[in-house]
Amino acid sequence: MSDLPAYASTGQRLWYYGFRIICGLIFFYLIFPILVILPLSFNAEDFFTFTKAMLAFEPAGYSLKHYEDFFTNPDWQQALTNSFLIAPVATILATGFGTLAAIGLSQSHVPFRSAIMAILISPMIVPLIISAAGMYFFYSRIGLQGTYWGVVLAHAALGTPFVIITVTATLVGFDRSLVRAAASMGANPVTTFFKVQMPLIIPGVVSGALFAFITSFDEVVVVLFLGSAGQKTLPWQMFTGLREQISPTILAVASLMVAISIVLLTVLELLRRRSERMRGLTPG
Amino acid sequence: MKLKTAILAGSALALFSTAAMAADMTLVSWGGAYQASQKAAYTDPYVKMNPDINVIWDESSAEAVAKLRAMNEAGNVTWDLVDVVASDAIRLCDEGLAMPIDPDTDLAAAPDGTSASEDFGDLLVSECFIPQIVYSTTFGYRTDVDEWGGKTPDDICDVFDLEAFPGKRSLEKRPINNMEWALLCDGVAKDEVYDVLETEEGQARAFAKLDTIKDQVVWWSAGAETPQLLADKEVVIGSTYNGRLFSLIEEQKQPVAMLWDAQVFDLDGWIIPTGLSDERLAAVKEFVKFATDTQRLADQAKYISYGPARKSSAPLVGKHADLGIDMAPHMPTDPANAKNTFLYNYEWWADYRDDIDAKFQAWLAK
Amino acid sequence: MSEASDTVLTTQDGRPLKASLRKALRREKMRAFLLIAPLLVFVIVTFVAPIVDMLLRSVENGIVEETLPETVQALASWDPSSGQIPDEAIFAALAADLKVAVAEKTHTRLGSRLNYEETGMSSLFRKTGRRVQRMEEGPYKEQFLKVDEDWGDLAVWQTLKRFSPPYTAGYYLAAVDAQQTPDGIKMKPEDERVYLLLFGRTLFLSIMITVSCLLLGYPIAFLLAALPLRTSNLLMILVLLPFWTSLLVRTSAWKVLLQQQGVINDFLVWVGVVGDANRLVMINNQTGTIIAMTHILLPFMILPLYSVMKTISPSYVRAAKSLGATDWTAFWRVYFPQSVPGIGAGAVLVFILAIGYYITPELVGGTSGIFISNRIAYHISSSLNWGLGAALGTMLLAAVLILFIVYDKIVGIDNVKLG
Repeated sequence: MSDLPAYASTGQRLWYYGFRIICGLIFFYLIFPILVILPLSFNAEDFFTFTKAMLAFEPAGYSLKHYEDFFTNPDWQQALTNSFLIAPVATILATGFGTLAAIGLSQSHVPFRSAIMAILISPMIVPLIISAAGMYFFYSRIGLQGTYWGVVLAHAALGTPFVIITVTATLVGFDRSLVRAAASMGANPVTTFFKVQMPLIIPGVVSGALFAFITSFDEVVVVLFLGSAGQKTLPWQMFTGLREQISPTILAVASLMVAISIVLLTVLELLRRRSERMRGLTPG
Repeated sequence: MKLKTAILAGSALALFSTAAMAADMTLVSWGGAYQASQKAAYTDPYVKMNPDINVIWDESSAEAVAKLRAMNEAGNVTWDLVDVVASDAIRLCDEGLAMPIDPDTDLAAAPDGTSASEDFGDLLVSECFIPQIVYSTTFGYRTDVDEWGGKTPDDICDVFDLEAFPGKRSLEKRPINNMEWALLCDGVAKDEVYDVLETEEGQARAFAKLDTIKDQVVWWSAGAETPQLLADKEVVIGSTYNGRLFSLIEEQKQPVAMLWDAQVFDLDGWIIPTGLSDERLAAVKEFVKFATDTQRLADQAKYISYGPARKSSAPLVGKHADLGIDMAPHMPTDPANAKNTFLYNYEWWADYRDDIDAKFQAWLAK
Repeated sequence: MSEASDTVLTTQDGRPLKASLRKALRREKMRAFLLIAPLLVFVIVTFVAPIVDMLLRSVENGIVEETLPETVQALASWDPSSGQIPDEAIFAALAADLKVAVAEKTHTRLGSRLNYEETGMSSLFRKTGRRVQRMEEGPYKEQFLKVDEDWGDLAVWQTLKRFSPPYTAGYYLAAVDAQQTPDGIKMKPEDERVYLLLFGRTLFLSIMITVSCLLLGYPIAFLLAALPLRTSNLLMILVLLPFWTSLLVRTSAWKVLLQQQGVINDFLVWVGVVGDANRLVMINNQTGTIIAMTHILLPFMILPLYSVMKTISPSYVRAAKSLGATDWTAFWRVYFPQSVPGIGAGAVLVFILAIGYYITPELVGGTSGIFISNRIAYHISSSLNWGLGAALGTMLLAAVLILFIVYDKIVGIDNVKLG
């Protein structure tokens, strides 16, 4: 369908190439903003735009000073530490609870399935500002506002829908006869779970965990409301920096975060291919 | 499984280690050059003398009132000392969120023996407020704007003059100061500004004057925005705190100059939140006594061009710590700069702030 | 089969099959429930309870009764439409209440709260609070009137009475720019109206963003679905990378690009399209918000569209062409209708996300490109009108829930796929 047949008319040829040029421009629109900050983060001056020296590719126009600033500045380092203290714990909570719930939801008879599903998916649907506002009011009442555990619990709550969705997706294609086969060979339900179901849902669990991790790591609205100085995370620091726009260190941080995204994306892609291979589906 | 256990153990350990750190003191301030000057003049020397104290800075002074109210409701006050402007201090004091202090026992006396209450004098505008600096909100303008044909603004009303001085302006996203300047430039005499502003017609008049430049205005909420906007040439005239402009002009050497006309004096200082435990309170009071003594306030003036609040500090103000220039001519209180000034009317704005703020936000959103 | 009625089927241990089946079913349901229960409790406590708290705060109004209990009681006997201000007994109750309130420092909070309804109340309470301790026993009415003549203003007392009940609809009325007056519900004066405008603007901008996402996303999804799987997987990276990049990174990239002295303007000036003095203003306004948010939400449009388009068999279009249709007719009458479910799913998803956004409008929207969520944040952290913030939030939540039900009908919750 996408090849240009030899008998195509001029109009069709024009449209074929024109369409691809348009798509190329849209892809450019998607990718360019992310790619443009990478060279800008090496700017030797404290500007947010390309200097003449940079455009002429003079080495003097480039420097690592913003990266140095990021790694030596105590504010940024504290923010980085906080992010890495909060995100993993929130991920573990979200993955643990979410996997259990997903397994429960994929059982054959679940009372009030749609209602429960709706409640469990709701953190993904409700606008973040409303969740943040509600949590601010409620957690203030119970004394969790401005504490580490308040932020962790909030992030875990926001991450669970992703885990549920990905694990449910892997369980949907799960062949029940495998369980019956295992039972017929004498395995009890627990052994069946660990030896038969787990290996198949691991890709779903891991990709859900990655989604939950990135949700917590990248989250800024909830942490703005619920956190205090001791929980200042990397995105919060970036947000403050963006408002005041003091230094291009933000661009250095942004570039590092793009690198992290690329790593995560690669991991996900590898997982997807592995799970497709395991199920016997390969790309044509 | 092993990985999971390791992660759990690791994070638990990290948690406990952060919790076990000795004597954390959380100070809240405004960020940027001002906070840096406080760090250099107050906390760095204090931490040198008391190495077991760990000072954490939180840049939330702009939302201090809301956050303190939330903390109070939760019964969990995590801040030890909060830097606020005098009007916020009055509001916090009224609502019981800030502790009253006694200047003569809680603050240090001047080296020559004058009591703190005399040394600070009238600047003790509230019983909860510990003044640090006198600063002003004023304008800076770029000196390299071709469209101005060589003229430079030297009068507050030049900000409202789009014909002689075209280009974008930046104003603070709140009515305070903007309303007074608008009325002043609409022909109201300086000592009648607040009487006129009390009436509906007066407020409408101020909004109408602001309407004449509204679509050329970029609204800022953080003090560091205008200097950045001026440096990027996104605006050609912008209001901000005078110390930020000093940094921009003298330290970053940007082509910007100060417009001191009709600058509005204001006070900035500390309040101690209510609800602190006895030991935290004792630690904070010790710090405050050190941080607000004569030498410390004079030291702060070495880093930023804000006037110290104590009379005894004024003669000790010397040169800038890095640049070596005399700080006195850059003070808002210097006679050359202070020919036409406003003093922030605390009583009046304490009463009318809620009312006019709502109207201002409605006007902004249109 | 005629014996079926008098022989009941039993299992091995003699129990009736039906009962056994029922028991097995119950056990299964219990197991499923036990697996779900931890998360359910967790989500209810950490997420649902806060939302409920917000709903409560949007109607909560206990502050008046708590701060001035005797006055509220005494006011019950006063008729607001009588045209007369209350008499001495009520003023005496007010004095007693205020003396207590001033000692506990709660009177200014009440003043701030009532000030949202009637301007001047905060100054009234503050001023009176400073003088009330010095009032003498005796005729209070005169003393109050001497402290501030606003105590003789009928509107003040009507407001006080109107907001005595512990629950109020006042915040919701304010959220739609209306107010309760003695003559019923009326709209606020022109210069105080802002929320309907803001809701309208949020909806308008979200629709613009959804439409631009659709216009830009449809060709991409079409191309990705048409290309062979290997090529489209590679190109998909160009869609997924923005999807996985942090929101702040993308917003900061746009802030850098769209500034007057930013990369785009510099490029246009260098090429000569715009003069140096006429640089395009693309930031701190609605344009900036639309451009940045379209970029951020585009993957959310492309992914559902792609997954639907992949299921459209190419043979239909080929069949149409073989029957003589032109390229355009084949597309418009055969392909496009089959892609409509994808359009619906993507559009609703993008729209739901757009109306709730906070970060991007805050950073690139200036004052004309902000959304209702920025206003909610303002009320929570700056103006302290938590009731109004909660009311606005509830209304936004209601809008999103309605849209989500629509989405569910089109797509179904179970069919949400991610990448």
